[in-house]
Amino acid sequence: MTDTLLSPMSLLAELTHRCPLQCPYCSNPLALEPRRNELSTAEWISVLDQAAEMGVLQVHFSGGEPMSRPDLPDLIRHAVGLGLYTNLITSGVLLNEKTFPVLVEAGLDHVQLSFQDIDTANAEHVGGMKGAQARKIEAARLIAADGMPLTLNFVIYRENACRVPRMLEAAVAMGARRVEIAHTQYYGWGLANRAALMPTPAQLEQTTQAVEAARKEYEGRLSIDYVTPDYYADRPKPCMGGWGRRFINISPSGRVLPCHAAETIPNVTFPDVRTDTLEHIWREAPLFTMFRGTDWMPQPCRSCDQREKDWGGCRCQALALAGNAAATDPVCSRAPDHGRVLEVLETLPVEPPPFRYRRYTRATDEVG
Amino acid sequence: MTGTGLTDDSIIRFARGVRLQHDRVRERWIIQAPERAFIPDPIAAEVLKLVDGTRTLGQIVSELASRFAAPVDVIGRDVHVMVSDLTTRQVLVVS
Repeated sequence: MTDTLLSPMSLLAELTHRCPLQCPYCSNPLALEPRRNELSTAEWISVLDQAAEMGVLQVHFSGGEPMSRPDLPDLIRHAVGLGLYTNLITSGVLLNEKTFPVLVEAGLDHVQLSFQDIDTANAEHVGGMKGAQARKIEAARLIAADGMPLTLNFVIYRENACRVPRMLEAAVAMGARRVEIAHTQYYGWGLANRAALMPTPAQLEQTTQAVEAARKEYEGRLSIDYVTPDYYADRPKPCMGGWGRRFINISPSGRVLPCHAAETIPNVTFPDVRTDTLEHIWREAPLFTMFRGTDWMPQPCRSCDQREKDWGGCRCQALALAGNAAATDPVCSRAPDHGRVLEVLETLPVEPPPFRYRRYTRATDEVG
Repeated sequence: MTGTGLTDDSIIRFARGVRLQHDRVRERWIIQAPERAFIPDPIAAEVLKLVDGTRTLGQIVSELASRFAAPVDVIGRDVHVMVSDLTTRQVLVVS
């Protein structure tokens, strides 16, 4: 058994970039994919077959809003038949008493439902869709009533950081088993809106305390995943568990990526499931091999005792902050470019600027 | 929550959305759960293979005791601790 440890564990299937919401921290790239470029049902089925064969255990159906794809139940059913664990990452605005039972019947294992805030007015200001909050709450009710495990996802930013205790209370009340309190990640749209989203150190401390208190209070009932903003850390995160080690992301048009932000990496060809096999891409494509392992590392990573723990941090963050994807993640206090992070934090505006919204209409020349 | 109400008559089952599955590529057992998969140690895997929603904890213990020719009270203690831990982690539920 040669290097089976290097088989991917997890597949993020970004079925579409279409979405009724316009969140200014969206993890999709700035250049959104038009509908006409999306993979067909048959192409996604082939991706699922290949992924299962390679050893992927869990498939996360995401977007955009994955429920915009009418073939979602068929893809879930197919993945279930392959023994894959199926997770739906959704805004919930299209999940209702007509659409949800079809997903249950298809064998869906779990739903991750996102909320922009627990305060309705601000949630709808951030998501850009009136009436979205009521639809999400109804979605949560339907999922909990069915008994399917439910994770709520709250992205945390400057405006909603003070409401983490209310979010956690609401998660329990809505019957969620897990909740993610995840500070914004500053890539793509999040990076474009960084000055409006980045919390202050005091806000970060507040959210950390709220999470710690809730972990004690709700032990055994609610598990809490807490993600802090990288910019306030001393050591970088082991992004994706290491580049090309555990995780594959497929974009709506079939590009195969080591993470959802990897399309920012310059001077490299993006492999494509329409023209190559997943197995060959995973093992051989330059995009996957260029930062895999430790050989690519510069100093101080190369001689650092953390090099096989954090894998040098995040390549896309190195690119965004240091202008070089092969640099040590500037989040690391040992990085030559760490000053860039401090500079961002020291120059945060007192009044946050208005959002630059993620509007799907920018992606497409299609009407309606 | 730890250790609440577990007796030999308790019937245990997997929480919805959690299952034991054989990973044929890596040739090992895994627990599939919401947004994570983890590897049970070999003893936990033997216990979990017997969790079917009908067996009681007592039945699981005596089956393991006879299979591994070990004293029931020793196996019983270990299995109770393990099941209680997996209940707290929302892997198992007690009916």
